[in-house]
Amino acid sequence: MTKSTSTVVSARGLGLTFETSDGPVRALSDVDLTIGKGEFVSFIGPSGCGKTTFLRVIADLEKPTDGTIEINGMTPEKARESRAYGYVFQAAALFPWRTIERNVTLPLEIMGLSRAAQKERVKRTLELVNLTGFENKYPWQLSGGMQQRASIARALAFDADLLLMDEPFGALDEIVRDHLNEQLLELWRRTNKTICFVTHSIPEAVYLSTRIVVMSPRPGRVTDVIESTLPKERPLDIRETPEFLAIAARVRDGLRAGHSYED
Amino acid sequence: MDRLRDKIVPVTTILAVLVVVWYGFAILMNTPFQRDLDRRAGETPGFAEFIGKTLSQPKPTLPAPHQVAQNFFENTFMRKITSNRSLVYHGWVTLSSTLLGFAFGTALGILIAVGIVHVTALDRSLMPWIIVSQTIPIIALAPMVILLLGPFNTPAIVTKALISTYLSFFPVAVGMVKGLRSPEIMHLDLMHTYNASPSQTFWKLRVPASVPFLFTSMKVAIAASLVGAIVAELPTGAVAGIGAKLLIGAYHSQSIDIWAALIAGSVVALILVGMVGFAGRQVEKSMGGRPA
Repeated sequence: MTKSTSTVVSARGLGLTFETSDGPVRALSDVDLTIGKGEFVSFIGPSGCGKTTFLRVIADLEKPTDGTIEINGMTPEKARESRAYGYVFQAAALFPWRTIERNVTLPLEIMGLSRAAQKERVKRTLELVNLTGFENKYPWQLSGGMQQRASIARALAFDADLLLMDEPFGALDEIVRDHLNEQLLELWRRTNKTICFVTHSIPEAVYLSTRIVVMSPRPGRVTDVIESTLPKERPLDIRETPEFLAIAARVRDGLRAGHSYED
Repeated sequence: MDRLRDKIVPVTTILAVLVVVWYGFAILMNTPFQRDLDRRAGETPGFAEFIGKTLSQPKPTLPAPHQVAQNFFENTFMRKITSNRSLVYHGWVTLSSTLLGFAFGTALGILIAVGIVHVTALDRSLMPWIIVSQTIPIIALAPMVILLLGPFNTPAIVTKALISTYLSFFPVAVGMVKGLRSPEIMHLDLMHTYNASPSQTFWKLRVPASVPFLFTSMKVAIAASLVGAIVAELPTGAVAGIGAKLLIGAYHSQSIDIWAALIAGSVVALILVGMVGFAGRQVEKSMGGRPA
């Protein structure tokens, strides 16, 4: 994987402290990270390591208390206002009163796109996540994996170059998860988007990423950044190759070094 | 089949038990007066004849079910609906102010809820007063409303509707506050990432999420509205309406009329609540509701 030149996310000395009734909690501390265009970066670590918080800072859902962060050279707020990213949550978070098609058009309606443009985008994005034919179904009529695919389609619909995914497959069983991982890689290759992906699964992180950011808790910080040497073309059985296992071992070592396996 | 087993059989069983108990009490309660009558007339009827007499008094202490049913049937189906003996006529008088009051109440309730959800100051200041408002007995408030509106020459239907409004805005306001606040954090975050304006969040997320809450509270509100309309007819000296019918019946000890009017009121309530429930189910279906 050749390092791309243009920077999408750049964080310097980023920190975030939550004020709680039990006193301040250091959710993120001194994070320095640069993410280039077209990268697939995974954030891995135990709960409380700040991986989700970091994603939420990028998305302007949380305000950092220290340091700086820029998205496409803008503040997170400006980036959000210019709809620079699509966000996929842990749950599909579809609106139950809207059909799949109307769920995907939701961001487009808010942006004020014409009906025709909405139709065209929905058709294209549903194709991308293999949900063609399910336009008029309601969310409850779909399986969990299909619902999460619909929510990815919704995040892709307004053509942002950056996709933020917060444990999107965490609630799904492993077979569905394998399948969705494959589809996500395929989608990433076809669209050349930049993807930030939060997970707590080592195989998932290694399988998907060009770079793996290992994080550790109390305070939430980056302990290791691992460049993947795997090729861009990745069949599922790449996970049995020595190369894959070597990277997985490095991730595990990184987690151990960050005391993630201690309580 | 399931409907028969789950709904119809249990409900009819209770109804049958109630009717039997009612007959028992009718006999019991009408006995003293019947004894008195027989003693004065110097008659000594047999047991069966005596029972028959207790169940066919013209002004019984407790009318028997069949007397009420007969009265209800005659005054509903056998009279011209413009006649002031027709229960349909009285029912309509009450119904019209119920519906008007319900419309006012629902609109007011929604308005208050929107204000409370969007303006912190209203949330803190208004809610306690709304709750206090419902602790005032409506029967005490109704005459005051009538007095206050006297100088304005408000039509009787509006006066009555305002009392219905007073009772019906409350469940709608409380339900809608809950409904408009029901969206999950994740859905609100999602709208935030889309840079949605507050009005877009309101119309595309809060309003649809509140619909089930709206219909649940409207069911309570329409029943409260009917109570309000009936109560409002008592101190207004109304000559028409179910409340007026109850009051006139009480003045003249026409117990059968009172009970028939009561049944008419219940039927109107059932129809109203049923209509709101039906509308709620239709709307739910159109919003992709999962069939139960």
